[in-house]
Amino acid sequence: MIDFRTHPSRYNHWRLDIDGPVASLFLDVEESAGLESGYELKLNSYDLGVDIELYDAVQRLRFEHPEVNTVLLRSAHDRVFSAGANIRMLAQASHADKVNFCKFTNETRLSIEDATDRSGQLYIAVIEGSCAGGGYELALAADRIIMLDDGSTSVSLPELPLLAVLPGTGGLTRLVDKRHVRRDRADVFCTLEEGIRGERAAEWGLVDEVVPASRLAERLAEISSMAEKGSRRASEDDGVVLSDLAREVTENRLEYKSLSVQIDRSLGVAGFNLRGPAADVPESVSATQESGTGFWPLALARELDDAILHLRFNEPEIGTWTFRSDGDPDRVSAADAFLANHADSWFVQETTGYLKRVLKRLDVSARSLVSLVEPGSCFVGTLLELCLASDRTYMLEGTFEGDNRPPAIIRLTDMNFGAYPMGNGCNRLESRFIESPENVEEHRQAVGKDLDADAAEALGLVTFTPDDIDWEDEIRIAIEERASFSPDALTAMEANLRFAGPETLETKIFARLSAWQNWIFQRPNATGEVGALKRYGSGQRPSFDKTRA
Amino acid sequence: MAIDYAERIPNNVNLADNRRLQRALESWQPKFQDWWMEMGPEGFQANEIYLRTAVSVDSDGWAHFDFVKMPEYRWGIFLAEPEADRAVNFGQHMGDPAWQEVPGEYRGMLRRIIVTQGDTEPASVEQQRQLGRTSPSLYDLRNLFQVNVEEGRHLWAMVYLLDAHFGRDGREEAEALLMRRSGDADKPRILGAFNEATPDWLSFYMFTYFTDRDGRFQLASLAESGFDPLSRTCRFMLTEEAHHMFVGETGVGRVAQRSCELMNEHDTDDLRPHGGIDLAILQKYINFHFSVSLDLFGGELSTNAANYFTSGLKGRFREIQIDDDHVLSDGTYRVIEPAQNAFTETDAPALTSLNERLRDAYIADCQRGLDRWNKVIAQHDIDFTFALPHRAFHRAIGLFSGLRISPAGEVVTQDEWDRRVDDWLPSDQDRAYVRSLMEPVTSPGLMANWIAAPARGINGQPIEFEYTKL
Repeated sequence: MIDFRTHPSRYNHWRLDIDGPVASLFLDVEESAGLESGYELKLNSYDLGVDIELYDAVQRLRFEHPEVNTVLLRSAHDRVFSAGANIRMLAQASHADKVNFCKFTNETRLSIEDATDRSGQLYIAVIEGSCAGGGYELALAADRIIMLDDGSTSVSLPELPLLAVLPGTGGLTRLVDKRHVRRDRADVFCTLEEGIRGERAAEWGLVDEVVPASRLAERLAEISSMAEKGSRRASEDDGVVLSDLAREVTENRLEYKSLSVQIDRSLGVAGFNLRGPAADVPESVSATQESGTGFWPLALARELDDAILHLRFNEPEIGTWTFRSDGDPDRVSAADAFLANHADSWFVQETTGYLKRVLKRLDVSARSLVSLVEPGSCFVGTLLELCLASDRTYMLEGTFEGDNRPPAIIRLTDMNFGAYPMGNGCNRLESRFIESPENVEEHRQAVGKDLDADAAEALGLVTFTPDDIDWEDEIRIAIEERASFSPDALTAMEANLRFAGPETLETKIFARLSAWQNWIFQRPNATGEVGALKRYGSGQRPSFDKTRA
Repeated sequence: MAIDYAERIPNNVNLADNRRLQRALESWQPKFQDWWMEMGPEGFQANEIYLRTAVSVDSDGWAHFDFVKMPEYRWGIFLAEPEADRAVNFGQHMGDPAWQEVPGEYRGMLRRIIVTQGDTEPASVEQQRQLGRTSPSLYDLRNLFQVNVEEGRHLWAMVYLLDAHFGRDGREEAEALLMRRSGDADKPRILGAFNEATPDWLSFYMFTYFTDRDGRFQLASLAESGFDPLSRTCRFMLTEEAHHMFVGETGVGRVAQRSCELMNEHDTDDLRPHGGIDLAILQKYINFHFSVSLDLFGGELSTNAANYFTSGLKGRFREIQIDDDHVLSDGTYRVIEPAQNAFTETDAPALTSLNERLRDAYIADCQRGLDRWNKVIAQHDIDFTFALPHRAFHRAIGLFSGLRISPAGEVVTQDEWDRRVDDWLPSDQDRAYVRSLMEPVTSPGLMANWIAAPARGINGQPIEFEYTKL
């Protein structure tokens, strides 16, 4: 079982040093500590395990070290920054594992960019030694790239010439869309196995600056002194420790504090049940900070994040995720109001930002998402985002026979209008009502109101509203039908429908990752018996089918 | 300024008619001259040296002896004569006609091979540039400079390949070969061993014996290349490399001989009071230079080496004499690997163990010189034998890097290593002592006290000949 929970004290592959406002993340991959057997992580090459730790470090820097405004991404080795994703690992991995791995890797890289944009933590990659493939893709996620000019340090994207695959985990897109490298130069660069060094790398925009070895220490000192003068969100003491995430995993159940997931293997369904706040939100920011990871929105974000990742990696055959909720709508409203009213607090910003990223993770999860709104539920504001992220939402009209709880309601809050943008830059309402933005105005009028099934349907917020006689059958049939379709076709269809609206760097990367990168991983020229990825390391040359498809 | 090609640059590549090559060399040659003046042997650029110059590849042309000032040395471009109907002799293109032009598919790989080899040539000139001031004799001084100008010519040979066959990238790489500097942190030479200084003459002999021998094996493997110009270039370079081996082998041999003479004369092992070098120190130098040279062969299991082979770019040592299919897709090769406090032999895929195979050939070849030195010791009735350290000793690259292994091949603890390292590798004290012996001897025929005279002179000249006019 792959576990995403870790802690700097347990890292195998990274070292996190904090010196005032400057954090240094040193990549120091332990060769023999690969997540699976069958490969060694030589030359700072990475597998999922390395990325899990990176993700943890990025998260902790945001919550535990709000005083940090500069993060240096470095290598602990002097001759190599990183050789990229481990090729033998990729060659032996199943298609699903490769896809999952690349997606998570890119989510982590986006979270680095998000930390720079939203948390004022400027990531700077400092490249000493060769930096190839995924190693350079990681550097591309940084805001700035500084490269040593020592005659041998180079950056490269050798995937195409070496392996017949793509630097498709954002590499190609970031090259032209983020760094604005001219397309013809990018073409040359991406076909050049040994990459580019020195001044030319800077001239072409592959790095921001090149520094001779004798000046590097001085340059880093300048960066530290800039960081000292720069702004910080909070002092060291204000950090909120991300305590170990408690959970209980049994064969068919995941149990967290605010969330449980029940797996039905015959139908291939994971039923999420999200629990609203057990108590009223604290009154002040300082009190929430005190409660730390006990703060309900943060607890929920962490638990949902962990559950999504767990299911993605450990339960690949559970193809449908359903979302139910359970709790007091007013308490969720109050929590949302707190988040909205204290949006200037760094801790509240981090919490909302984390929820935003978890919801985005849901958007790009290759699972059918179905929300089920029943009496006793609390799909309000932040939690309503789950319904809006779902491929379909069913809401019970009226009550169940013999259930004396009032009929289900949903409620919009201010948090639905911009706090949780999707990868395309739109909030889920804008993306949902892409043709008629005026509808979104209509929704704004409904903020705070209890919307029953009819009202919710009228506002286009739910898909179907069966009554108690039809409910059970409708849901069963919908889910059984879902389970009968091709999972590949469903994933592709859902991904095509979820992101109406403009393209952004983020949507482009995910779309191309899903299409081109995953296409190429299926092609015999890469992964066939005589393909480049399979033959890599054997010393035998690949043999290509020359047909252009 | 136009260059009189045939006179200024002896060659057999038809330089006078090759405009592309002319253009490249017109730009590169002055930069080479500048590099030589800046980084070549310090203090002797104006002296007349009795040097061998290759003026053609036939039997009377390749060894033309005369006095020449080094900056005026005629660095030429020579390829061994072409073999009619030469084929690619190994890898997936086996049997195809050898390539006369670079195959586009292998352009990057070939350029990297050539640049890596080419980078070592000027590097060693840079490493040795201070040695002239402390030469033990005019004979040795001349040999040093002969080695230096030939390394310079080998640089020319690699630059020729880059300029003639790799277009603009090749020209840029050719210039970069003159920009890097041995030991300079900002622009170091590519391979680690070529960034270490050669601080004294004993190190120089050891370097030419052990490290240049690595060069010989690399060149021999490249001489098998399916890219014919590379093969022909390397074949001609090998004739010159033999002289470097000779300098190393006779150099160490003469030091050992002198040590034996002093031991017998004074009836002691401790030669410090008598200005000689203990055999034990020689053994430590052997341990050091052998182990760092082993690293130059790269990791035991290497995908790059396998790719070079399959692509037909770099063969095995004496490839065509090996009796197998020359494709190696199924073969295995016995490789020694570390195991729990010991070593184990495993059958690794032959393709990915090519580095180890070449290293094995190198180790066997190194032993031959030790045998000859041991014979010198035996002739003096001294009970001492030089031995090569275990291949796992003092390694920084490959499966053994980071392990602590004694020269005898025992796994030792870090504590034991720290305690005994000065018995195994030259200590600071040893090095300081050897350095203290380095006083120049500049009278024709005389030798420094710590080294015996050579058996014979150069090109039939007597030992007293004034090989270097100071």
